Amino acid sequence: MSAALPQNPSRRSVLKGLGMAALAAGPLSACAFGSSSEPSTGGATGEKSANNPFGVVANAPLEVVIFKGGLGDAYATDVHEPLYKKAYPQAEIKHVPTQQIAQTLQPRFAGGNVPDMIANSGSDMMDNGALQGEGQLLDLTALYNAPAIGGTGTVRDSLLPGSMEAGFIGGKPYMMKYIYTVYGLWYDSALFTKNSWAAPTTFEEFDALLGKIKAAGLQPYAYAGKNAAYYQYWMIAVTAGKIGGNQVLIDMDNLKEGVWTSDPVRQAAEAWASIGKKYLDPSFEGLTHTEVQTAQNQGKVGMYPSGSWLENEQKEQTPAGFQYALAPTPSVSSSDKLPYGAIRAAAGESYIVPSKAKNSAGGLEYLRVMLSKEGARGFTEKTGIITVVKGSADGLKLSPGTQSSNDALKKAGDNIITYNLFEDWYKEFETELRSKTNALMFGRINAEQFCKDIQAKADAVKADSSITKQSRTS
Amino acid sequence: MRMPRGGARFVIGFLALPVLLYVVFVIAPYLQAFYLAFTDWRGVSSTPRFSGFDNFTRLLADPTFWAAVGHHVVLLLALPLTTLAIALFFAFLLNMGAGTKGVRGSKFYQAVFFFPQVLAVAVIGVLFQAVYRPDQGGVLNGLLDLVGVAPIGWLTQPKLALWSLIAVLVWQAVGFYVVLFAAGMANIPKEVVEAAEIDGCGRARMFFQITLPLLWDTVQVAWVYLGIAAFDGFALVATLSVDRGGPDGSTTVLPLEIWRTAFTYSKFGYASAMGVALFVLSLTFAVLTLRVTRRERIEY
Repeated sequence: MSAALPQNPSRRSVLKGLGMAALAAGPLSACAFGSSSEPSTGGATGEKSANNPFGVVANAPLEVVIFKGGLGDAYATDVHEPLYKKAYPQAEIKHVPTQQIAQTLQPRFAGGNVPDMIANSGSDMMDNGALQGEGQLLDLTALYNAPAIGGTGTVRDSLLPGSMEAGFIGGKPYMMKYIYTVYGLWYDSALFTKNSWAAPTTFEEFDALLGKIKAAGLQPYAYAGKNAAYYQYWMIAVTAGKIGGNQVLIDMDNLKEGVWTSDPVRQAAEAWASIGKKYLDPSFEGLTHTEVQTAQNQGKVGMYPSGSWLENEQKEQTPAGFQYALAPTPSVSSSDKLPYGAIRAAAGESYIVPSKAKNSAGGLEYLRVMLSKEGARGFTEKTGIITVVKGSADGLKLSPGTQSSNDALKKAGDNIITYNLFEDWYKEFETELRSKTNALMFGRINAEQFCKDIQAKADAVKADSSITKQSRTS
Repeated sequence: MRMPRGGARFVIGFLALPVLLYVVFVIAPYLQAFYLAFTDWRGVSSTPRFSGFDNFTRLLADPTFWAAVGHHVVLLLALPLTTLAIALFFAFLLNMGAGTKGVRGSKFYQAVFFFPQVLAVAVIGVLFQAVYRPDQGGVLNGLLDLVGVAPIGWLTQPKLALWSLIAVLVWQAVGFYVVLFAAGMANIPKEVVEAAEIDGCGRARMFFQITLPLLWDTVQVAWVYLGIAAFDGFALVATLSVDRGGPDGSTTVLPLEIWRTAFTYSKFGYASAMGVALFVLSLTFAVLTLRVTRRERIEY
């Protein structure tokens, strides 16, 4: 899922969105799937050159749809769009901010009238796998092979490792993953210093620390069961990865037989379930991420699992003196495959170019602008979040949380635990996993049952011929 | 009776637009949903593939679907029964509580009971988020806290969650039915009521032997309305429940599953099949209710 999730509660109007009937003649023939004679694809291209590798037509209008969630949209209006405009002053840019990507764009895809670049994020994002399966996404290989703006070598060379691969569907890049996110347990380092608490390196220390926090009258650990149970299964997956190595996460994505009932996952589920049992207040199952995060800002919650967008998301609520800091998940035992410092980091937030966009060359060029050092730096300045562009944040004064993420990344070195791509690939599975994660953490099922149920769902998805299968090797 | 010259044209002129709108926005989508239910459309291609009865076979083996249907059964029993009982009781007190008149201040109460009906469902959702909040910050749990009771997970306990949602639905619906029944009771001839009073009929007997029988048509209609409402519940479940339909799927309803299947799983064909199932269920319910509750009409 994406970094920023505004979980808009009033999204109920959509059931009617199936459109009109095809059977009525004349004016009624417009229907949910559009007419069969769709406008031709790709859009016009101009002369290609070293500075214009995709052949952008200088005066072709460009429509950019930005998900306006935790990242805001100032990074587009104040940084990337002006940069594009500087290169192509005659191009008119139509900026469309929205929180409801799917509701706004799904009918446009069906009708063949698509924008040129989309920040496909948020809880209402479109299913990239489904879009790609229907041939609606442009292959971005050309983007990654194009020369980087203001640098030497290709765009691909200018990125942190794994950035392009994070946007693969079926072995080709269809999504441009832009931000580099670090995941772990977040706490207020000022509060911890004041109480001389230290981030735990093992689950025993974790247990002891949470006990101390509880004794101090705080909720020691929390996540939002109502709408962000996935923050918690990330932690379970990361712990499993620490025990058994990153291969465990690859196996999860590949729906490998028995991975969820294997020892690393079961041990991770057990470790987290015991934390849930001892330290997780039942009320958190009914609270949203906003409510829990605000409680942490008010000094009522000790540790909270999340990703590095958290600090930016909470900017308005964070009191002066609150210093976000990130701790990796604790080790389960000394025989863990990966060291304590191993951390989940992944390129995230999908930016896509529809294959049927009128100005797809412009869409690609816009992405190239985003991946330029200047574009990436501007993004970090606006959002406080580091991008996949190598060294683009160097010398910037970073906030405590971002600084802490960077430090954690440096310590982790090559010990990076990857993301759960099944979240994008297998939504049915993901839905079940959220539900069972709540059941596990709030004590309705035990770790063994959890593993059994999740494995059963993974097997069911694997056996379901209507679901397109994906796989990854790294 | 003959229509005056040009009358037909006049009538058609007025009807054409609404009928056209109805066909385009109601009938046509229905028909299209039926068609989509037999395809594996994923929402983005322009040519849905025909897949026969696949979606329906899959549906019959889908535990989530059956869980949702089970919840509709509970809703179908609990929602109309509770709402009708409360609404009838209030309407009786307001209109016939003191013989042919209502209790004092009945006009005021009637307006107050109607308030929830005026609020949009989304507003009610947000309101009850605050009421049911699972920690001491919630309205209910705050009150319980005052008397030293630990917070109750109104929406987080799988056994309680659905009932908490039903309570909201009832709260929201009662006002409308109070007004509906009040209108029905106003139509009961005064002579009948007075005659019964003179014969020494008590309040309870009056209700069961005079009011209810003479109100039967209205009650029947109310039952069908509430039954259809029991097949919805989408907005409240989506805004209030844990993890949309949780905990452990204990509050999920068909419209929510349709929405999730279409817009999260991108399975518009399968979602349409669920929609068709929902359509058949609601229709069957309405027909059955009207049949079963049919009584001889009392003329007065």
